[in-house]
Amino acid sequence: MTELLFFVEVVVAGLLAGTMYSLVALGFVLIYKASSTFNFAQGAMVFFAVLAFVGFMELGLPFFLAFIVTILLMGLVGFCTERLVLKPLMNQSEDTLLMATIGLGFVLEGLAQAAWGVEVRRLDLGIGDFPIQWIIDTFGLFVSALDLTAGLVAASLILGLSILFKYTKMGLGLRAVADDPGAASSIGIPLNNIMLLVWTAAGVVALVAGMMWGARAGVQFALVDLALKALPVLIIGGFSSIPGAIVGGLIIGATEKVLEVYIGPYFGGAIEGWAPYVLAIFFLLYRPEGLFGEKIIRRV
Amino acid sequence: MEYTKNDLINFLLLMIISLLIIPITVKSGYWYSSILIPWLCLALASIGQQIVMGYAGQLALGAAGFMAAGAFACYNLILRVPDIPFFVALALSGLIAAAFGILFGLPSLRVRGIYLMVATLASQFFIVWMIDKFGWFKNYDSSGIITAQDIVIMGKSFTSPLEMYLVIVFVVTVLTLLAINMARGSTGRNWMAVRDMDIAAESMGISLLRTKLQAFAISAFYCGVAGALFAFTYLKSLEPVAFDIKLSFKILFMVILGGLGTISGAFIGAAFILLFPVLLNSIGNNVFHGAIDATIISSIEQVVFGVLIIIFMIYEPLGMAKLWDNIRLKFKKK
Repeated sequence: MTELLFFVEVVVAGLLAGTMYSLVALGFVLIYKASSTFNFAQGAMVFFAVLAFVGFMELGLPFFLAFIVTILLMGLVGFCTERLVLKPLMNQSEDTLLMATIGLGFVLEGLAQAAWGVEVRRLDLGIGDFPIQWIIDTFGLFVSALDLTAGLVAASLILGLSILFKYTKMGLGLRAVADDPGAASSIGIPLNNIMLLVWTAAGVVALVAGMMWGARAGVQFALVDLALKALPVLIIGGFSSIPGAIVGGLIIGATEKVLEVYIGPYFGGAIEGWAPYVLAIFFLLYRPEGLFGEKIIRRV
Repeated sequence: MEYTKNDLINFLLLMIISLLIIPITVKSGYWYSSILIPWLCLALASIGQQIVMGYAGQLALGAAGFMAAGAFACYNLILRVPDIPFFVALALSGLIAAAFGILFGLPSLRVRGIYLMVATLASQFFIVWMIDKFGWFKNYDSSGIITAQDIVIMGKSFTSPLEMYLVIVFVVTVLTLLAINMARGSTGRNWMAVRDMDIAAESMGISLLRTKLQAFAISAFYCGVAGALFAFTYLKSLEPVAFDIKLSFKILFMVILGGLGTISGAFIGAAFILLFPVLLNSIGNNVFHGAIDATIISSIEQVVFGVLIIIFMIYEPLGMAKLWDNIRLKFKKK
């Protein structure tokens, strides 16, 4: 019984940690949906956003003001990216765009470190990374408060974004642009505004993801490497699906925790570092478009 | 394609410079051990990356993983096989890396672009983890940093910077000539056909399986040899951390900035990525007299690399090699 309970605990911890991967992946999906660009810089955006946020807090800005200012800053980053990087590269091959966003990622990482330094910052959200007493009493499970918050925040973000896309005029425009940018702009949908909105939304998601990671592991450069794990998440979930990003994150989170706890000790541990990628390879062999992605059709 | 007289002259010129002029004029060990040796090693790894990415068009990001495989294979071969000649060990470590290349190249048969990139990231993380976790690879050394053995060829040990440099020049020359020949021959033609349109290539009778895996294997071979040389002559030690994802990115940048699909691009890109930080540091020290923090300088370096990649992608996707060609053509016309 205790073994089963332990297993459940491991899975729950994995699932909740997985929501953090989902958050990074979510920003990626947003941009991919709107502009068919693999934004490799999403991980760097997470780092940039949360470092900016902590930086503004250190300047003495209150929590909410810092949050708003950071979002504005991310909007600016999105605007510049759209104008200076993506516009000139319109209609280029996917690989070219991908390489350009790798460059963008380096720019953002470098700028963030130049502006706010390289030392590890602590970020206190007022939510501890310790088990919640109430859940221990009722179910006998150890569940971290921070993990649970991350899960709830991720859920509400997804709900919000889904509503935004489904029921607002802006969202309708966005779906039109995603479908066919040329047709959308010819009927008068403001392409620029839509792109700005998407990049800002991706910036907000990056900030939230960064805050969650930062509260756990400190705001530091290692966040960029953690964010790389959003890539296998996307492969499992599919690049163009919001639910896919969530489910992919949960699968990766749970699997890597279970593997680490039950199989890791036989190999000296730390298999978390590569397990998600190998898992992604297996998914690629059987279902390259991911669980929820649209079937990849290549026309010759 | 046949070699012209010009090619021969260029080759002889390069050989005279690297084997006569440099050894005679450059006396300080710093130039060998901090500039020339790492440059040639990384250029060799870039040729590997160039083969898989620039020629075969497969977006791979894991060169450092194969370099680690090569470096540790070389260490173990010299350690465990008595009297193994250095060049045999070097070639075998390249082959071991190539085996990993084939293994991790398998996903390329199904996927491309960023999907492939993620799959190849697995090789990066897995190989480094494997070396780190299984003590056998490190000969159960607990310190984590192992001193590389001396390079001994025909009973003579090559330990001074100049001697090591000569060994590397030899290896790099042989492998570069080989790469140029492969790129010009049917092997390279097949790679480029697959890169430009795989379906068309397939319908012309080129086996995708063979061509892609061949590119991965040869690429990993070059990276493996480069990794072994890098560890034995530049780092002079073996530690898995030296071959982290940052190195893979560096090699990727060398290829992108240097120019995709050219061998010379690998050398130009490696020189730039290696020398630019040196230049930036010396500007920081000499112009601003250390007033700028070292971390800021390294951040600026990152920003500049990123901006350059974006600029090259927009204005000259074929990189510095193409830029150089353009300049040369302009002067020729006059």
